[in-house]
Amino acid sequence: MIKAAVVVFPGSNCDTDCLHVLKDVLKVQAQFVWHKEGSLPEVDLVVLPGGFSYGDYLRTGAIARFSPVMEAVRQHAAKGRLVFGICNGFQVLLEAGLLPGAMLRNQSLNFVCKQVWLKTDTVDTPFTRNLKKDEILSIPVAHGEGNYYCDDETLKALQDGGQIAFRYSSATGEFGDEFNPNGSRDHIAGIMNEKKNILGMMPHPERASEGILEGTDGLKIWNSLLGTVKN
Amino acid sequence: MTTDTQTKITPELIAAHGITPAEYESIVKKLGREPNLTELGMFSVMWSEHCSYKNSKPILKKFPTEGERLMVKAGEENAGIVDIGDGLAICFKIESHNHPSAIEPFQGATTGVGGILRDIFTMGARPVFLMNSLRFGKFETDQTRHLFPGVVAGIGHYGNCMGIPTIGGEVYFDDCYDGNPLVNAMCLGIVSHETIVKGSAKGTGNPVYYVGAATGRDGLGGAAFASKDLSEESHEDRPAVQVGDPFMEKLLMEACLELVKTDAIVGMQDMGAAGLTCSTSETAARGNSGIRIDLTKVPMRETGMTPYETMLSESQERMLIIVKKGKEKIVEDIFEKWDLHAVMIGTVEEGTRMQVFEGPEKVADVPAKALVDEGPVYIREEKKPEYLDQARKLDLSKVKEPADYAAVLKKLLDHPTIASKAWIWQQYDHMVRTDTVFYPGHDAALIRVKDTKRGIAASTDCNSLYCYLDPFEGGKIAVAEAARNVVCSGAKPVGLTNCLNFGNPMKPEVFWQFHQAANGMSEACRVFKTPVTGGNVSFYNESPRGAIFPTPTIGMVGIMEDIDLRVPSHFQADGDLIFILGHTLNEIGGSHYLMIEHALKKGVPPMLDLEREKALQDLILSLAQNRMLASCHDTAEGGLAVAFAEACMGLNQSHGAVVDQMNLILNSKLGPYAEGKNYSLRKDALYFGETQSRVIISLKPENKEFIIHECQKFNTPVYQVGKVGGDSLILGDDINVPVTELKNVFENAIPRRMKK
Repeated sequence: MIKAAVVVFPGSNCDTDCLHVLKDVLKVQAQFVWHKEGSLPEVDLVVLPGGFSYGDYLRTGAIARFSPVMEAVRQHAAKGRLVFGICNGFQVLLEAGLLPGAMLRNQSLNFVCKQVWLKTDTVDTPFTRNLKKDEILSIPVAHGEGNYYCDDETLKALQDGGQIAFRYSSATGEFGDEFNPNGSRDHIAGIMNEKKNILGMMPHPERASEGILEGTDGLKIWNSLLGTVKN
Repeated sequence: MTTDTQTKITPELIAAHGITPAEYESIVKKLGREPNLTELGMFSVMWSEHCSYKNSKPILKKFPTEGERLMVKAGEENAGIVDIGDGLAICFKIESHNHPSAIEPFQGATTGVGGILRDIFTMGARPVFLMNSLRFGKFETDQTRHLFPGVVAGIGHYGNCMGIPTIGGEVYFDDCYDGNPLVNAMCLGIVSHETIVKGSAKGTGNPVYYVGAATGRDGLGGAAFASKDLSEESHEDRPAVQVGDPFMEKLLMEACLELVKTDAIVGMQDMGAAGLTCSTSETAARGNSGIRIDLTKVPMRETGMTPYETMLSESQERMLIIVKKGKEKIVEDIFEKWDLHAVMIGTVEEGTRMQVFEGPEKVADVPAKALVDEGPVYIREEKKPEYLDQARKLDLSKVKEPADYAAVLKKLLDHPTIASKAWIWQQYDHMVRTDTVFYPGHDAALIRVKDTKRGIAASTDCNSLYCYLDPFEGGKIAVAEAARNVVCSGAKPVGLTNCLNFGNPMKPEVFWQFHQAANGMSEACRVFKTPVTGGNVSFYNESPRGAIFPTPTIGMVGIMEDIDLRVPSHFQADGDLIFILGHTLNEIGGSHYLMIEHALKKGVPPMLDLEREKALQDLILSLAQNRMLASCHDTAEGGLAVAFAEACMGLNQSHGAVVDQMNLILNSKLGPYAEGKNYSLRKDALYFGETQSRVIISLKPENKEFIIHECQKFNTPVYQVGKVGGDSLILGDDINVPVTELKNVFENAIPRRMKK
């Protein structure tokens, strides 16, 4: 049986959504872990959910990275186990240095919540093993700071290392500013670490995991994860 | 430290607090002495219109408030509660934050959302969605271009950060709101029957806790500020606008909702308008108790605040909790977990007095009920406004029918009031909590209730132009349209909350509008069996130019027993048949067509026959129950043509429609008021008129017979007018436009104007 933990920071607000998908939709054994905990239960997967940890004061994710639980997350990742940061969780991973780069405010300067198209870049990773190269997913975004930025060198490393999981695209896979909801560099929507056991992405797969909620493309990511752990 | 108890109370000081000489006399009588400054301030806010409803109470009493599902009625608590079965109930309310938003749009809107959220979770309910109803002046003014994006960003900021989806609402732009925008926020929460919390203080000796944010000088006298006209000098009242911190409120909400699951508390009350004064006196009055607090215990974030300032501060994100003696530790532990203040500031006392101390010194001592229940009540003078006769006159023979109907349709779709509001709602997280089944852009917003089959639908509505031309009929229509929107989604309306936005009630014409609109609303509520569960009155919505149009906004809530029976607003599949249910009359008075194409805000608005409306709504619900409907869409501003265009433009999929049988309506001579007369329908009325009690449905061809039979049963006219399909919207011989072209106009109307 796969075990998962969803970290709850003060201000997390997609924590219950992630737990709902893990427990009620995917039938995974999942539990919350309060951010003040210094250790994690024995789990295969840690989810850092979306929200506004610590109100996102200072910078998104900047205070959450000092929460006691983050040291445990770091150790969990160092053992090669899976860490999945969604939206604010992605921002926390960047601030914690578990993923490279930084977040800027959306180019529009407005919060944006809408369905977007994602083009799968790297397959054969724990997060994308059920997907095909260039497969298009429809998954919503909801953020004010999703404008991923990194320097040229980092970008090249991400590209060369197959660390880019998803890019914003059109429904048919073209890239263009009009399909990018936040102005992120190279249309990046989600990236992994070198070892590919950590994924951070701005779109919310937990919001696209049930038929009644406009689409189930998010399940392809969750099921990749579950398949990885099973094997 | 303080001189509040020594300050001499002069007539000038009394007047500056908005208290009349007669009211002052009454205060002296109740106290048996002159009040001190702190007490004067407390009476001033509690007897303000915002808190006491002194000018509206006699009218509000006429609203129907009884219903079989009601667990808490209007006025009893912070919000009404409606049973939805399975041990669950919903709790909802709409409230205005108009004045603060006029001065400081972002903060005004955020604190409006924060306040309505607290009203809901103070009852023990978890807020599950937000909606809003907004009014701005003419779009093409610097003022609107400042206020509109500020308000939208403020609403978004608070709800997004809290993780409560904002799932729908309405926005109108009209120059009657120049300088006085309306920002009405609605929240709905779900609560288990056993965790409903009352806002009352009972049990002598029980400790009174202050939890949440510390107190500062922000929002001093906000309730009093909201109870006067906006003027050129209103910007000097900026300190009366509070500052919101949604992160703090998120922590407060989680802590409070954790707390209600314990058995540690007796009551809970948010500190909104009139802050500490209101929360302590209301809980004491409701509990028939006395209460005693010590201001030196109150967490402060500014130094040197006087008792007057502390008692009147409207600092946000604070709550008062009445704890069961002996269970203090439970409360303190939960708040410590969330890193929040939880400080015992007093106790519930014998008697009925509210006593405020500053250390050993008593700084206020008044009967709680004198503040809460014994405020003045006025029956204001009313007079039918003189503008009405002239405004209602419309010579149809002088209204030229358009040469190009397609051009008019596009012009209507380009008007910011009618156009797509995606620019707005894409700034709101409308999906968080993963319950939103119908995104904004549907007739009603719809969420599922996890772990049940149920859905909850809601719609906010008010056409204030109708209310300006006929407040009685306009009030009726606001209720009917909100109910119709909920019904179109397949849900049964169960109750409503209202936010009554009007001008200065001291003006007899304004009070007449208020009274008429309330009567119209009451009549509609009775027919639909939808009790008013609570709401808010916002008077003094005037700018130097005069009063706004009467705007009694309705927030209607409906229940769907099985969410699989939901009905979308947009066409679903090529080949589906299109029917129009309901009559079409020559009703272009008060229409957006007349306003936008002919620059006239004139005429008699459409009339609403409540029995006919009820029959239509029962018919739709019956069809939805029998899974007969592919889609169902209400016709509103812009009439049938706009409604058809909207039905074509689904969010994820567009469909064309060939509506080639509009002549059936044109030639029907079936007008209900035309019996025996030769009723000749104008073409502009056919396409753009706003006759009520009409919807457009689409259906699978095999369901045709059943539907026609049901229409006969419910005595509702039905016209088979066309079919879904193709790439264009074709209406008779008059309109033939590719849907992509309509969509382009509809979706770009607001973004295009915002770029300028």
